[in-house]
Amino acid sequence: MLQEIILAGFGGQGVMSMGQLLAYAGMVEDKHVSWIPSYGPEMRGGTANCSVTISDEEVSSPIISEPDTLIVLNRPSLEKFEKDVKQGGLLLINSSLIDIEPQRQDLNVLKIPSSDLANEKLGNSQVANMIILGAFIELTNAVSPESVIGALKNVLPDYRHNLIPLNQQALEQGIELARRIKLGKTA
Amino acid sequence: MVKVLMKGNEALAEAAIRAGCRYFFGYPITPQNEIPHYLSKRLPEVGGVFVQAESEIAAINMVYGAAGCGARVMTSSSSPGISLKMEGITYMAGAELPCVIVNIQRGGPGLGSIQPAQSDYFQAVKGGGHGDYKLLVLAPATIQEMVNLMGKAFDLADEYRNPVMILGDGILGQMMEAVELPEQKDLGKLPDKPWATTGAKGRAPNLINSLYLDASELEKHNHHLQRKYERMAKEMLWEEYKTDGADIVLVGYGSSARIARAVVDKARAEGIKAGLFRPISLFPFPKPALQAACAQAKNVLTVEMSMGQLVEDVRYNLEFKVPVHFYGRAGGMVPTTRDVMEEVKRIVSNGEGGGTV
Repeated sequence: MLQEIILAGFGGQGVMSMGQLLAYAGMVEDKHVSWIPSYGPEMRGGTANCSVTISDEEVSSPIISEPDTLIVLNRPSLEKFEKDVKQGGLLLINSSLIDIEPQRQDLNVLKIPSSDLANEKLGNSQVANMIILGAFIELTNAVSPESVIGALKNVLPDYRHNLIPLNQQALEQGIELARRIKLGKTA
Repeated sequence: MVKVLMKGNEALAEAAIRAGCRYFFGYPITPQNEIPHYLSKRLPEVGGVFVQAESEIAAINMVYGAAGCGARVMTSSSSPGISLKMEGITYMAGAELPCVIVNIQRGGPGLGSIQPAQSDYFQAVKGGGHGDYKLLVLAPATIQEMVNLMGKAFDLADEYRNPVMILGDGILGQMMEAVELPEQKDLGKLPDKPWATTGAKGRAPNLINSLYLDASELEKHNHHLQRKYERMAKEMLWEEYKTDGADIVLVGYGSSARIARAVVDKARAEGIKAGLFRPISLFPFPKPALQAACAQAKNVLTVEMSMGQLVEDVRYNLEFKVPVHFYGRAGGMVPTTRDVMEEVKRIVSNGEGGGTV
């Protein structure tokens, strides 16, 4: 199996960390992984994105031009990457911050108000990324929740390790949400 | 052994430490800054020296000094910074000093961009500085290979008393992949360097120099260097992927080879007999292996992040016996598998490609 994912949002929303968590979790599961950040003359508040590949076989091209999954945390990211997603691919949208509809009709779209949920349920909008990441792994089985939780201590710097339980809760919220959606119940 | 997820730049830096490198002199430039950043912390931990010099020129001359004293030493930079280091590099080649130079290439010419490119191929393999000299040039394509080649680079530098260049690009520098790191090399078992200037007490003084005012002496020195470069032929490295019976052979190094490899799989799935030849040593260029891999090919296509540099060596080394096409992107743009696949189809169906987007 090969999963090619692009994750995008504002700088500071944690898209780079989400990508690294996926890559780390994949590595722990003995999968072949790669993570590439967009880098450039970035500025605060600008958009950031990274590409993650998780594969059972050696990753040939770590450069992703047609992702299986696109995870977008803000509107400019949706507008930039929607056209690139593989036909029939998965699109996860942070609907708290994205007030437009996707243009494509051929994608599996899941809208999650992750910033609002993070605020309301966990009192911290910073973990919106983990909610949407939880939904992603529940929908695709790309990696297990345990691997992601285990990866938190590798990806978060030491002085942030006190936030691991909060991140874990957010991840579980996302998993629960996606599970209910899979069963046909509303979020 | 335990695998860790590392950025290419950091993996190169840690691999240098494990290979016994204890001296780094450099000057910051994107997209290789994680190398000095990492080493500024790690080198003092292992009793080494890290100096951020006042300029690239100062840094490469510090490398010259440390190498002359027999140290395992390196520097790293990106395209414009490497250009600044060229004078020092030709001096080191002339004085036969071992060192490792990392070039994490970015778009050019001039200050260019900070995005990945492969447009310093000519500079790396043909000289770059003045005079008849060669660097050993190694081009990794994965983070694991960056680690492996870093250790090899220091050994080759000492064996041939010659600067070795690791030629990467912004993708490889910034990308994270899982790697296994080698054990720390025993510093007591590094090669002896009886030629080094280590204090002449009790022996005849050694001289590190590239100045030969007597023309016949300098010609003799040039012949000596050329014989050394010829001996390097035994260091050829390459990888082949599905080249057996391939109608079209893609040729690329580094990041571009990763993209080309994905194209080979796509083409094979559509019934096109495609293969990939990936030179790992760019000097010495693996000519016999390339010729063998392309012997049956009807077409060859180089995939590069440049306006056409590797393609010249591929044509030359195939002795113009096979049509060699070129596909490249420049300035920091990266070829997509989709576009390269279209190019492969154009070439297979009408023998002509478009060359770029």
